[in-house]
Amino acid sequence: MLARVIEAAGISTVLVSMMPYWSEPFGVPRTLGVEFPFVHPLGHAGDRQEQMKVIREALRVLRDAREPRTVEHLPDKWSGDHEEWYRRWQPPELPPIIAWLREQQRKQAEERREGEGSKP
Amino acid sequence: MPVDSFMWLPRSLAAMYQGLTLEKEEAPWTFLAKPIEQCRFALLTTAGLYLKGQDPPFDLERERREPLWGDPTYRIITRNVRQEDIGAAHLHVNTEDLLQDMNTALPIQRFLELEEAGEIGSLAPSHYSFMGFQGFPANTAPWRDQYGPEVARRMKDEGVDAALLTPV
Repeated sequence: MLARVIEAAGISTVLVSMMPYWSEPFGVPRTLGVEFPFVHPLGHAGDRQEQMKVIREALRVLRDAREPRTVEHLPDKWSGDHEEWYRRWQPPELPPIIAWLREQQRKQAEERREGEGSKP
Repeated sequence: MPVDSFMWLPRSLAAMYQGLTLEKEEAPWTFLAKPIEQCRFALLTTAGLYLKGQDPPFDLERERREPLWGDPTYRIITRNVRQEDIGAAHLHVNTEDLLQDMNTALPIQRFLELEEAGEIGSLAPSHYSFMGFQGFPANTAPWRDQYGPEVARRMKDEGVDAALLTPV
């Protein structure tokens, strides 16, 4: 959304995204997809070389793209154990929306059980 | 090979997202008007960053009370920011690495280096952080109608030619 608003205002944009899946349907002007864990679009904390590589690749996409919905994919894989980083990007406390959704599911399951229990 | 957009998501979330029917949105386009080496850049992230002691954090207390709501406002991060001035307020990600190195998502120091080396024209005075959770279902109307246009206006006022966006 923000990329579209800024682009429509006359400023060329490029998005570095862990979820380039959304770029084409959402009309994002230019995207560099990165297969990195959430929170880390530009790479590992403290890794200047990796960050610069991703940035320069994003600038290349900005320069070379010729039409909207351009999506290119950085071939680099994330260095680090997948299981560890899968857990590591997630927040220390359960997000309120997830807790709320689980509570709704629990209530619905309870209502279904009560409904089944009251059948003759 | 295309990036797997779902490999870092919990399976239930990945399944939910992949099951959504997406309607194609309009795609605006502004041709890059100058070579990169002459462009002034602004940076924008959704990492929930803010300047400690100067700006309030994003309203996580309201989100805890109203789980279907997310703070749509933004914070300005200036180009002379120091790492120790950065706070992060976001309930959906672990912010530890951002507090260690903001360049993970808002690469101000990296762009200052590009400016010094002449690889870009310049880095703008102001940069922007939003907070990525915008409610359930996501309501990006405030971004579209108020905050996005405000940020775009400020970028234009500062002579910005191009912007790097880094959602988290």
